[in-house]
Amino acid sequence: MSTRIYIPGDAAAVACGADEIAEAIAASAKKRSKEIQIIRNGSRGMHWLEPMLEVATPKGRVAYGPVTLFDVESVLDAMLGDGKHKLSHGIADEIPWLKNQTRLTFARCGIVDPRSLEDYKAHDGYKGLAKAIAAGPEKTVEEVTNSGLRGRGGAGFPTGIKWKTVASTSADQKYIVCNADEGDSGTFADRMIMEGDPFVLIEGMTIAGISVGATKGYVYIRSEYPHAIATFTDACEAGRKGGVLGKNILGSNYDFDIEVRTGAGAYVCGEETSLLESLEGRRGQVRAKPPLPAIKGLFGKPTVINNVLSLATVPVVMEKGAEFYKGFGMGRSRGTMPIQLAGNIKHGGLYEVAFGITLGELVDEIGGGTASGRPVRAVQVGGPLGAYFPRAFFDTPFDYEAFAARDGLIGHAGIVVFDDTVDMAKQARFAMEFCSIESCGKCTPCRIGSTRGVETIDKIVARQDHAKNLEVLEDLCNTMKFGSLCALGGFTPYPVMSALTHFPEDFGATPKLPQAAE
Amino acid sequence: MDKFEPWSEPRAREIISRHAKREGAVLPMLHDVQHAFGYVPEPVIPMIAEALNISRAEVHGTFTFYHDFRHEPAGKHVLKFCRAEACQAAGGDHLCARAEQKLGMKIGETTADHRVTFEPIYCLGLCSVAPSAMLDGKIYGRLDEQRVDALVSEAQR
Repeated sequence: MSTRIYIPGDAAAVACGADEIAEAIAASAKKRSKEIQIIRNGSRGMHWLEPMLEVATPKGRVAYGPVTLFDVESVLDAMLGDGKHKLSHGIADEIPWLKNQTRLTFARCGIVDPRSLEDYKAHDGYKGLAKAIAAGPEKTVEEVTNSGLRGRGGAGFPTGIKWKTVASTSADQKYIVCNADEGDSGTFADRMIMEGDPFVLIEGMTIAGISVGATKGYVYIRSEYPHAIATFTDACEAGRKGGVLGKNILGSNYDFDIEVRTGAGAYVCGEETSLLESLEGRRGQVRAKPPLPAIKGLFGKPTVINNVLSLATVPVVMEKGAEFYKGFGMGRSRGTMPIQLAGNIKHGGLYEVAFGITLGELVDEIGGGTASGRPVRAVQVGGPLGAYFPRAFFDTPFDYEAFAARDGLIGHAGIVVFDDTVDMAKQARFAMEFCSIESCGKCTPCRIGSTRGVETIDKIVARQDHAKNLEVLEDLCNTMKFGSLCALGGFTPYPVMSALTHFPEDFGATPKLPQAAE
Repeated sequence: MDKFEPWSEPRAREIISRHAKREGAVLPMLHDVQHAFGYVPEPVIPMIAEALNISRAEVHGTFTFYHDFRHEPAGKHVLKFCRAEACQAAGGDHLCARAEQKLGMKIGETTADHRVTFEPIYCLGLCSVAPSAMLDGKIYGRLDEQRVDALVSEAQR
């Protein structure tokens, strides 16, 4: 009987040598004349253990990691023998870090073979779509609305409401656009889904298509994600062959197909209207709203544009029901959030949990503090446009409103941890610099403001007209916040002002600066 | 063996015509042209404009907007260093400076012998195994001084 060995094909594992290890394992097994089957699964999300290999045993899958090329022979000995090895973590599902999570969106990620439709179906795949087809479009939109699911891209707009607008707008053609332009530093959940469980996204988009009357979907994946593009494209091909994409999906009267498009290295294309412009073949410049994309979106047609995670969560909502999903979370943040722990962190990776967990629990307990072993000084939540929070804010619960109340945002739920060697003035300057590099150029506050921001921070650091320039910076941030067309210019002030407010000493100011937080 | 084809107008025309019927075809065209030739040669711009019945200015505008599209061929090896926050938090600044020193140039430049192009990239999504880099399309995480030195030597080969 052949032994099944799982070696992640997830980019985080590949970047740490998973491809070479897979080759070495195959070669070693051949030399031993042992029959093995290697499955390139996604990642379970425990990235400090990557490459984490698993072997199927009668008791469950046993994990070994982090495996290096030097460990290949001994790990294979253990896998084919008594299982004893210094890198063994026992049954993967029993590892506390994994066991304590509430995996709804990521239920299958790291478990299934991402390119196998059969495997997806064997793990409860396409139950949600079957229910949606049986319930019909109206009931499906209602179910998604009732679940309380909000846009996981960052804005947190209720997904069901967006769908309802598109459903009730009549047109000869409508589109589902999936925003897979995951450009925020510290985030990789979209990438993991596309590499580890792409069919859940295909199923989610198909449910969206049926619900609003769209027959065509686009997935706009950033070019920095070649592995995600490859896996997702393969999955679409398998889906077409398996009758879950194309005409008469699952034998119903509904048609739906997906086309993958590759971005070209523009951060701003993660903004929905800019993404639509890019899909249409133009410069990725932001459109003024209204009209909303739900009414006039891609090629002027009603368009649902949702983030990968929002769409990938829809199947579980349909399968288990709105009430089940809504049962998790706090306040108006319902369900679970796949949180990404990154930067200078001991236990980095993906942790899916119900809203309400505190920032401190995430960073200190789950993340285990810094990788460098030095004290945590600041964390940036929500990517380059997210605020820097000091330790004093570690009691903030993970919730859209709670973060907003402290002038922060959860964004796409990436947490980047910094130790006490960080220079917050440098981080603030980087935020402005990044905005100036990536600004689409359409509106003045963002285009010019960001460049002036860099210059002003340089003057502050050089102690040039210190007090006056601090005022200028604050004024500039207000102009950008209220005068920019989109979140790039509008949110760049978050990292800048939070750095200045919580870490004034790095700007050469005394900690009694005017309260920037309104 | 060169990774890229020498410039050929008929070949460019063939690539462009492959996408001519697609909705919003400009980006797929530019991507495939660059994939074939290693950059987007200037004569391609009017060819795309003609194929899609749009103005040259429009195609030029799209071409110049995106960081990915090259106006001239890159060096033989392309080394991209992630310069975003998560990699900064994990010591990326220091490693980038080290690579710059070893290569004898600043990030964003190509060596005079056209061997190495060293570029910043804003996030490879490897933030949990930071700092990260990409050499000729292959990704690397958990960089330290030793691994950076090895990457630089590899790029200089």
